[in-house]
Amino acid sequence: MTYSVPRLPEEPDPDLRSKGSRRVSGWLLWEVFIRPRRGLHHVHAGSLHAPDGEIALQSARDVYTRRGEGVSLWVVPSSEITSSDAADAASLFDPTSEKPFRDATFYQVPDEVEWL
Amino acid sequence: MANERSFVTISVVSAQHPGRARFEALLAAEEKVEPADWMPEGYRKTLIRQIAQHAHSEVIGMQPEGNWISRAPTLKRKAILMAKVQDEAGHGLYLYSAAETLGITRDEMVRLLHEGKQKYSSIFNYPTLSWADIGCIGWLVDGAAITNQVMLTRCSFGPYARGMVRICKEESFHQRQGFQIMETLCRGSAEQREMAQDGLGRWWWPSLMMFGPHDSDSTHSDQSMAWKIKRVSNDDLRQQFVDMTVPQADYLGLTVPDPELRWNPERGHYDFGEIDWDEFWAVVRGNGPMNRERIAHKRAAWYDGAWVRKAASAYAARHTGQVG
Amino acid sequence: MTSRSETATSCHREEHRQLLFRYVLAHADDNLILAQRLSGWISRAPDLEEDIAMANIALDLLGRARMLLDYAGQLEGRDRSEDDLAMFRSEREFTNLLLVEQPNGDFAHTMVRQFLYDAYQTALWKSLCGSADATLAGIAGKAIKEARYHLRHSGTWLLRLGRGTEESHRRTQRALEGLWRFTAEMFETSETDRKLAGAGLGVEPAGLQPGWERGVEKVFCEAGLQIPNDRFARSGGRSGFHTEHLGLMLAEMQWMQRAYPGMQW
Repeated sequence: MTYSVPRLPEEPDPDLRSKGSRRVSGWLLWEVFIRPRRGLHHVHAGSLHAPDGEIALQSARDVYTRRGEGVSLWVVPSSEITSSDAADAASLFDPTSEKPFRDATFYQVPDEVEWL
Repeated sequence: MANERSFVTISVVSAQHPGRARFEALLAAEEKVEPADWMPEGYRKTLIRQIAQHAHSEVIGMQPEGNWISRAPTLKRKAILMAKVQDEAGHGLYLYSAAETLGITRDEMVRLLHEGKQKYSSIFNYPTLSWADIGCIGWLVDGAAITNQVMLTRCSFGPYARGMVRICKEESFHQRQGFQIMETLCRGSAEQREMAQDGLGRWWWPSLMMFGPHDSDSTHSDQSMAWKIKRVSNDDLRQQFVDMTVPQADYLGLTVPDPELRWNPERGHYDFGEIDWDEFWAVVRGNGPMNRERIAHKRAAWYDGAWVRKAASAYAARHTGQVG
Repeated sequence: MTSRSETATSCHREEHRQLLFRYVLAHADDNLILAQRLSGWISRAPDLEEDIAMANIALDLLGRARMLLDYAGQLEGRDRSEDDLAMFRSEREFTNLLLVEQPNGDFAHTMVRQFLYDAYQTALWKSLCGSADATLAGIAGKAIKEARYHLRHSGTWLLRLGRGTEESHRRTQRALEGLWRFTAEMFETSETDRKLAGAGLGVEPAGLQPGWERGVEKVFCEAGLQIPNDRFARSGGRSGFHTEHLGLMLAEMQWMQRAYPGMQW
């Protein structure tokens, strides 16, 4: 089972091209970040729809912390996030692998030396 | 997220696209494909179709169980059932979010559902007629869903796989509470056992139908397997489910309504009878017992809520400077 | 040998226990009936997020009702479980407020009902945190956190509905006019209330009214909604004199237990 209903022979593909506005009902898409425990970073948990920040916050609480997942929440309109482009991934992130000397394992320490 | 969502609307499809090699390499290396990555248009469409149907299934699936919230026999059962149906709304929401990363909006998916252009699992087109049906849905339907969803945690598309991990974790209590309802009924009075047997009688075959057509008739399965969206074939999953569930029915002292069901020591599996494929296709085509009622209920809720959504947008536009 | 004053104290305690039973049961009924009503929204809310939010509130109320019913059963001392109390009492034995048994109506109707109730619950549980009865104070400590969140939720919506569109304003105003007559009942003070308040166990509802009024008036004013001038107050719920809505609701809620009595589920 795939939860997908088998395709009927006569079934057309619906037109999936976005029709103008992405917000037909006028509600924004928000990204939710949760701090799981004090002392930890807020971590992205998922997204939801809300008309404004207060409702987004309340919905985030109800949707993403039903099982005690967090102690603090951030909600951010998705449109406010600037993200890196997948096509740039190689130029952004690959060069760091050329600098192994940034890693502690790069350095050999004599066995008899402690606390280093 | 934001830019990822808009990126995928670019639909330049050509075999020579430089992204294709990278896409193939990601699949080969069992790495996840993320929304911002280039992907073949077919992959994107297949995922939208499947994730949207999965989301719709969660949301429509709230109805048959919701039907018993007001009548749950004890307050504890009422609380459990409410929490479970609420979880399903949450799961629908996670899945709509995953589909949204592919460049389709939830509003659009809801519209396609209302117009019958996107479907949901046929299992939810059967009615819940007794309390035992709530047990059967948890035990059999969620049991079948878990078999499938565990597989989907290994799906190649990152947001779908991540959503599945979360859903599987949350759903672990769903099947158990269903089995517990059945167990309590089977240990109860003759009337309760009869209720349980009647439930199994009605839900067994539709549960097997959840796994879809035979592999030999499942035209799109090969491509989905190649794309690593689907990891195990329909028939294999169905066999796995039967092998798992029959001993549970035996434990409950219930009779699985299949005269051909028997253990095959050579195969190491249960042999079982043939699904009524006419019924299967009739329900897919919209002529199941509850297809029309389910969509009517969903549409009514959506249209009844239109003025609320509009009011909140209007308020936001005026008070927070966000344009509706 | 028991002295006269010890006997008097023990009688006193017994009287308090029975009074407290009725008191706790009435508050259990409020929460149970509203949970049952609110759960009717599940799969019918204006959007998926709100579906989840309303189910959360219904679950909180049901949880609170169960704790209170369980405690009421202990106080009564007749070995009645939460389900015995919920499923085998008749309409006339339920002592919930009339407000909570009113039908859901549209989203505005439900939110106004919820807001009026949440504001009352917030005041009630805050006071009961100081009850000399440790169990009740414990339940209050948990309930107050939930009630504050519920009030924030319904208040948020009231503002948006009152000041959203012309239609949402009209619907919300109409809901307020339909429900206002059930609010005075929340603050009626019975002999039971007075005795329990005197013993430091309960609170006199009348004492909660001024704070409640200030709170709701402020929000209604912000939301641009008019409190009706109608001074007619409908009451009777606390003495089992209900509107016709409750009986039908109980018929549905209690059906399984009545149809198959004495079974495990």
